Amino acid sequence: MHLLLKFIDFCKIVSYFSGLNLKDVAMYTQGLTHEPEAAVHAVGDEAALTRFQARIDGEQRIEPNDAMPAAYRRTLVRQISQHAHSEIVGMLPEGNWITRAPTLRRKVALLAKVQDECGHGLYLYAAAETLDATREQLYDDLLAGKARYSSIFNYPTPTWADIGAIGWLVDGAALMNQIPLCRCSYGPYARAMIRVCKEESFHQRQGYEIMLTLARGTPAQQRMAQDALNRWWWPCLMMFGPPDGESQHSDTSTLWKIKRFSNDELRQKFIDATVPQAHFLGLTIPDAALRFDEATGHWQHGAIDWEEFRQVLAGNGPCNNERMAARRKAHDEGAWVREAALAHASKQAKRAA
Amino acid sequence: MPATSIALATDPLLRFILRRADDALVLGHRLSEWCGHAPMLEEDMALANIALDLLGQARALYAYAGVVEGAGHDEDAYAYLRDPADYLNLLLVEQPNGDFARTIVRVWLYSAFMDLWWQRMTASKDAQLAAIAARAVKEVAYHLRHAAAWVVRLGDGTPESHQRAQAGLALLWPYAGEMLTSEPDEAALIAAGVACDPETLRAPWLGRVKAVAAEAGISLPTTPFSQQGGRRGHHGEAMGHLLAELQYMQRTYPAAQW
Repeated sequence: MHLLLKFIDFCKIVSYFSGLNLKDVAMYTQGLTHEPEAAVHAVGDEAALTRFQARIDGEQRIEPNDAMPAAYRRTLVRQISQHAHSEIVGMLPEGNWITRAPTLRRKVALLAKVQDECGHGLYLYAAAETLDATREQLYDDLLAGKARYSSIFNYPTPTWADIGAIGWLVDGAALMNQIPLCRCSYGPYARAMIRVCKEESFHQRQGYEIMLTLARGTPAQQRMAQDALNRWWWPCLMMFGPPDGESQHSDTSTLWKIKRFSNDELRQKFIDATVPQAHFLGLTIPDAALRFDEATGHWQHGAIDWEEFRQVLAGNGPCNNERMAARRKAHDEGAWVREAALAHASKQAKRAA
Repeated sequence: MPATSIALATDPLLRFILRRADDALVLGHRLSEWCGHAPMLEEDMALANIALDLLGQARALYAYAGVVEGAGHDEDAYAYLRDPADYLNLLLVEQPNGDFARTIVRVWLYSAFMDLWWQRMTASKDAQLAAIAARAVKEVAYHLRHAAAWVVRLGDGTPESHQRAQAGLALLWPYAGEMLTSEPDEAALIAAGVACDPETLRAPWLGRVKAVAAEAGISLPTTPFSQQGGRRGHHGEAMGHLLAELQYMQRTYPAAQW
């Protein structure tokens, strides 16, 4: 039953996007993956590049053993691994509520959801490994602070309503970005995203259903729901990355059809989809300047505090230190377990020889 | 849902069901604490998987307990609104997780028993319990296989992992005996073929545990002493902390729907 619902939901979202043909940027990587233009030409001869671009332009999928520019490979490794790291770090804010979920039904759903995110991380690391990266090295880069993850996971989850808000808003925003990645030019990434998106769309509906229950609940629950929306709204808008005009992106990701939509376009889509959902809940979007523009048919938002975004990216968000400390603790305390598994496997191999 | 704790009927079948439901809830809760903090991503997945199975078993059993009791209590009333002394789980499952070795040793000892127990319960004269058993038996077979494989890896792996596995076993062993003991009010259920007598599973359980321990190169403690009390609501200190987290929302916001 759940699988069927997921699939129907997924089809709706795909059809929602299929008419669009804009640029995109991968949200969980927030435009931090961009390769200098010069690097494209630094590798391979012109004829090889032309052949590669012709395949891309012909909407052919690039597969692991295919020839590809070194910069294409590097861009993908960075983008896919940052996406994977985001899934893994993203387990922490929601994991915070597994032991305190208010009912057994909610507890099971939340645990399954966080488990799904771990699974997404695994598919994505596996996709990166098809590009000759190793999960261990990528993960070490995260723990060493050399690789990034989405800024959104540096915000705290002080109340149960945050679980609803993350599903509704964070997963909703992520989906806006990830659906087009199902058509990314690199085959293993695109295929991983198909499954990821199916699960994310289910999570998004679960989150909205939590918010709906709170919004129809007691005054304390309504207050909790509004407070969560107040705290998550602006950071979710920042998930789409800097405004197009200020973006430092090169066009290579677009040229290579890794990205298909611009930051501002996706942000606008998210706002247009989400504002009516908030109204249905009876909640107020925390933006006094928000207004519907009859001429364009879009909701216009107020100014985003990009200084906050820069601070979170620089490591100064509310939970940056806690998130990295939790990942390092799990990794360090698990070292003896991983060593034991390897030692046993090695002994087994020797005994079998 | 009322704010105050519910009172339990003394019906033997109800208590028999709640004992096993509480085992599954409490161990599922303990394993869920690992999610996001395991030694490798595969174990984040696996421990969550086992936790989800156990929570599913608890829910099925609580739902049936509600039918048996007939007092209008749903799964959440049983899970969230009892006083600590009315939880009837084994002391084994409420112990803190400790390190990964202790966590795995517990899943192993418990699953090695429950695999046998659920198999026997598929033949229960109570059709509902037999149906729950038919599903649980498939789940627990995986839990046992996964945990036993880890016990072998840890026992055989490095001196550190061996020492940790041995230490986890020493700590948990005194709590294992409670699984093998029936309560006086279960005698009639056992005689009627509704319940399974855990005492009859002692020898096969010990045989299985010995075989895995031998493969892992760890030794079983020889002490015959076993801690008892969880089945009658006499819990250790860790249980109150577990319930403080588990019940937090229901106790803080009484009568709310979630």
